[in-house]
Amino acid sequence: MKAATLNKFLSVFLLPLLNILTAFIFTTILFLVIGIDPWEAAKILVQGAFGYEEGIGYTLYYTTNFIFTGLAVAIAFHAGLFNIGGEGQAYIAGLGVSLVALGLGSFLPPWLLLPLAILAAAAFGAAWAAIPAYLQAYRGSHIVITTIMFNFLAASLMVYLLVNLFSEPGQGMPASRAFPETASLWTWQEFMAAFGIEFAASPLNISLILALVCCVAVWVFLWKTRWGYELRTVGANPEAAIYAGINPKRIVMLAMLLSGALAGFVAVNELLGVQHRLVLGFNTGYGFAGIAVALMGRNHPIGVMLAALLFGALYQGGAELAFEIPSVTRDVVVVIQGLIILFSGALEFMYRAPLQRWLLRFAREA
Amino acid sequence: MQDFWVSLILTLDATLRVSTPLLFAALAGLFSERSGIVDIGLEGKMLVGAFAAATVASVSGSVWLGLLMAIVASVCFALLHGFACITHRGNQVVSGVAINILASGLTVVLGLAWFHQGGSTPALTNDQRFTAITLPFAEQVADVPFIGLLYSELLSGHNILVYLAFALVPLSWWVLYRTRFGLRLRAVGENPKAVDTAGISVASLRYRAVIIAGVLCGFAGAYLATAQNAQFIRDMTAGQGFMALAALIFAKWRPWPILFACLLFGFLDAVAVRLQGVTLPGIGLVPVQLIEALPYLLTVILLAGFIGKANPPKAIGVPYVKER
Repeated sequence: MKAATLNKFLSVFLLPLLNILTAFIFTTILFLVIGIDPWEAAKILVQGAFGYEEGIGYTLYYTTNFIFTGLAVAIAFHAGLFNIGGEGQAYIAGLGVSLVALGLGSFLPPWLLLPLAILAAAAFGAAWAAIPAYLQAYRGSHIVITTIMFNFLAASLMVYLLVNLFSEPGQGMPASRAFPETASLWTWQEFMAAFGIEFAASPLNISLILALVCCVAVWVFLWKTRWGYELRTVGANPEAAIYAGINPKRIVMLAMLLSGALAGFVAVNELLGVQHRLVLGFNTGYGFAGIAVALMGRNHPIGVMLAALLFGALYQGGAELAFEIPSVTRDVVVVIQGLIILFSGALEFMYRAPLQRWLLRFAREA
Repeated sequence: MQDFWVSLILTLDATLRVSTPLLFAALAGLFSERSGIVDIGLEGKMLVGAFAAATVASVSGSVWLGLLMAIVASVCFALLHGFACITHRGNQVVSGVAINILASGLTVVLGLAWFHQGGSTPALTNDQRFTAITLPFAEQVADVPFIGLLYSELLSGHNILVYLAFALVPLSWWVLYRTRFGLRLRAVGENPKAVDTAGISVASLRYRAVIIAGVLCGFAGAYLATAQNAQFIRDMTAGQGFMALAALIFAKWRPWPILFACLLFGFLDAVAVRLQGVTLPGIGLVPVQLIEALPYLLTVILLAGFIGKANPPKAIGVPYVKER
């Protein structure tokens, strides 16, 4: 085998596998420390995630969110940008969805209303990413710091709007009034029934299709269009990109707008698909999980899809675990997520260098 | 007038209490980032510190042992950050994010397994906490108009960690600007190659900086769990690590301005708490969320170059590769 093929095999297959394995070894140790049989826990987890139709529905519903935020982080990564702001972009996108659904819901037909609401999610998410992008490209501030700050700004803004603008008097939790009937996406059950197939009731809705379409679109954009090529060039080497006549500033804007729009689709799945009203903190955790998904998926749409499925299964299985074993909560999944970010992100070079050496020697001898 | 004075003193008093953890964490970030290592993980290190402090204090009954374990736990996470960023030249932001998420998950999982209280630790009694210290003559002078209140309410009656945090500001300044170690630490954040050429190990300097950051975050965590509060509660840092990061940037990576940034952000927080639900003439209901968001907003505006210019350490975030 050639060295390049080996390298590809290494980074596409071997390294992610090793990274997950290491994360799982540490999870096993954690389970032993808190006195839980890891084998039993794993069985409950897998059974909960894939064992029955409703469980699968939940797994894929979480997967949908993770695909959106994973793609958001991945596309920014390709331009050399680290978008930590998915959390805030998804939150603000919820504002866009709610304004359309509550404002226009009573007089627009669903076939016009739903696309408008989805567009609003993308536009609001993109707009919230556009400010840090502009500040990075034209004012020299660092995107990591500004997107972190924008997460907190989004949280404050949304609490303010929910309490002062959207909330109904006499409600316990700050939430908007319910969206009109016309502003709800087909659940997977309804969608399947249209084909005469029965599927158990679950929060899974046709946002999943949107997520899969996004995967394909991101792949086509990054590897089959001129803009995608320019974006990857800036990510690989901004200096060279300038010599090639590419304007890195515009690419920063482009990458972040797309990233924000993708993160914004979380609001479509959550608000149009499941909650049918604007609620406090519907975005919690998905933005950060997107970082883990993108890192594990090696920033490739197929990888993101698989990693999102893994995280979806962990989320749903983790909920089942918390239900079966009272001394455990879904926070175990947060630990696993942290371990995966650590091993496949921060410590990605730990295995790579020795493995590369080993594989090269192996290739030379063969 | 007297009323206004009293409420001003009380607000400033609260400001000192809220600023303390920010100050510890921002100074932690100062050491780390001046050596060239980005520290997004302040939040996570504070959180494990808080958890360790509350756990050990409640089990052993000794608040000092709690503080020690808070520092140990926080330094362990700091070393993990160093291992990833210095030894393996990993992405420093990714490592910080991992540390925050790990800390948030681990503290709840372990807390739940050990104490069965929904991720909290048992409430601490007063002798398991850092309690208020009354400065000499505070009670005697309390009745003196203006000055009395200033001394007895504002300056006296804080726990030892508050005084320590403020004492650390001149100490950090001295270490960074008046010692050989400080000079080297600042140099390694600006131009690691020059430091390396002079025969000083970049890695060892950066490790020391990261460990100092761990120690200081341990203090911040212990303060949250065993001084300001009397137990660990899940995610009790609630963004204070990021607020400290904002203060560090707002202060343009310098010790004395950090003091003022932390006091300003602490003051905004104290004011927001005081104005909750208050209606002011001419303004109406005070938008508390706006006041709470101001530190982040100010930092963004500063970073955008609208208030002076923030010059981060030149080599920040760049792993050092020794030429062969």
